[in-house]
Amino acid sequence: MEVTITVNGTAVTRDVEPRMLLVHFVRDELGLTGTHWACDTTNCGACTLWVDDTPVKSCTMLAVMADGHTVRTVEDLDTGGQLNPLQEGFMQEHGLQCGFCTPGMLMTGQWLLDRDPDPDEATIREAISGNLCRCTGYENIVRAVRWAAEHGNGEAEATDDDASADVETSDEVTA
Amino acid sequence: MQVPETFDYERASTVEDAIQRLTAHGDEARVIAGGHSLLPMMKLRLAVPEVLIDINDLPGLDHVRLDGDELAIGALVRHAAILDDPILGEHYPIFADAERKIADPLVRNRGTIGGSLCQADPAEDLSAVVTALKGSCVIQSANGRRTVPMREFHTGPWETAVGDAELLVEVRIPVRTSVGSSYHKVERRVGDWAVAAAGAFVQLDGDTIAAVGLGLSAVGAPDMTCPDAEQALVGGPASAEAFAEAARIVHDAVSPTADQRGPVDYKRHLAGELTRRALTDAARRARSGSDPVDSEEGNA
Repeated sequence: MEVTITVNGTAVTRDVEPRMLLVHFVRDELGLTGTHWACDTTNCGACTLWVDDTPVKSCTMLAVMADGHTVRTVEDLDTGGQLNPLQEGFMQEHGLQCGFCTPGMLMTGQWLLDRDPDPDEATIREAISGNLCRCTGYENIVRAVRWAAEHGNGEAEATDDDASADVETSDEVTA
Repeated sequence: MQVPETFDYERASTVEDAIQRLTAHGDEARVIAGGHSLLPMMKLRLAVPEVLIDINDLPGLDHVRLDGDELAIGALVRHAAILDDPILGEHYPIFADAERKIADPLVRNRGTIGGSLCQADPAEDLSAVVTALKGSCVIQSANGRRTVPMREFHTGPWETAVGDAELLVEVRIPVRTSVGSSYHKVERRVGDWAVAAAGAFVQLDGDTIAAVGLGLSAVGAPDMTCPDAEQALVGGPASAEAFAEAARIVHDAVSPTADQRGPVDYKRHLAGELTRRALTDAARRARSGSDPVDSEEGNA
């Protein structure tokens, strides 16, 4: 059936099977492979993206359920290649090793910071408790979110920065 | 890669529209709201509906409000909203206690109270909460609405009183004064089902227990409660000894099964001990008149 979903600000229309999961829609139909797909069981959070400004695990939502709604993926966090403060925080604090969980961590972390610009460690750990990381032990991820909180966090701030793109840095985090 | 069997998808616009669609499709159709129980079952092909009827757009099902002498909770209220709701927080902190331990924040953004109750999983938490509070479920069909007590709502594991052409639309909880409530759950890790969980409300008349309710999850308690323990408490003192005795009754009454979450004796121990803690915290909250979020005792 035909669905129209506004993904990262652009309305896209595709004809999909009702059983297609949202994670496969953004990855396979739209080529937005920043959203990762792993456990398939609503546990790991690698597939976290926003639907109507709320993070959800997109392996447990049908694409047809997002028809008429807005979706935001990790590809939308930077501004013209300029990392936002949370992405920058992950780089500064070594918040990733293999990087597989990073898109989900970023989408959950950004949602937290949008609601709570100065979260303490316990709040951060609770917020990301649905996102599994098997490399960092979470310490550096918590530090990365704190780094963003201490360095402007909000995306409005990021757009105020020099818009010159640091392509090398950008690729490193979104790969 | 887990892929559901093929199905047709329909989106209902109103409760009446949803019921018409359910009537048309009979038992081939399933309602989907948050989908965080149904979709995993469909991916494992444990559920193979021919038609999914999406009710996320239905108006008038996402409310939490005082309605006369009851709290009314719309079936589409999401876990995250229950966790943060000021009315529920004021009257029954048991909801927030439980929600903090239900799945994880991302799952709580999607899952609904209606879906949780209709899933009828014997290890589910909100069913135990509503059971403890002696709430009821409002079911709508083409013929109007009927109300079923929570303790009769589940007719078996994964089975409910909701018929093929019916929809759970609201959960109702009696408002009580001088009341406290609490929920204690032991889980192996964040987001897991309960190894065991117990919830309670205690209504005080001075130091006497005027009314009490128990809800038990994952321990094989019939109707997710223990009437013998409740009856032993009513009319008596809200004392540590009384709560220990109630815990002993629960310990002996439940019939958990051994699985990867633990052996029978451990779960039986938890059922009793978590009952004691839930009663203790509920009574403390009833006495204080306020609703402190943190309990004095952590989880085991």
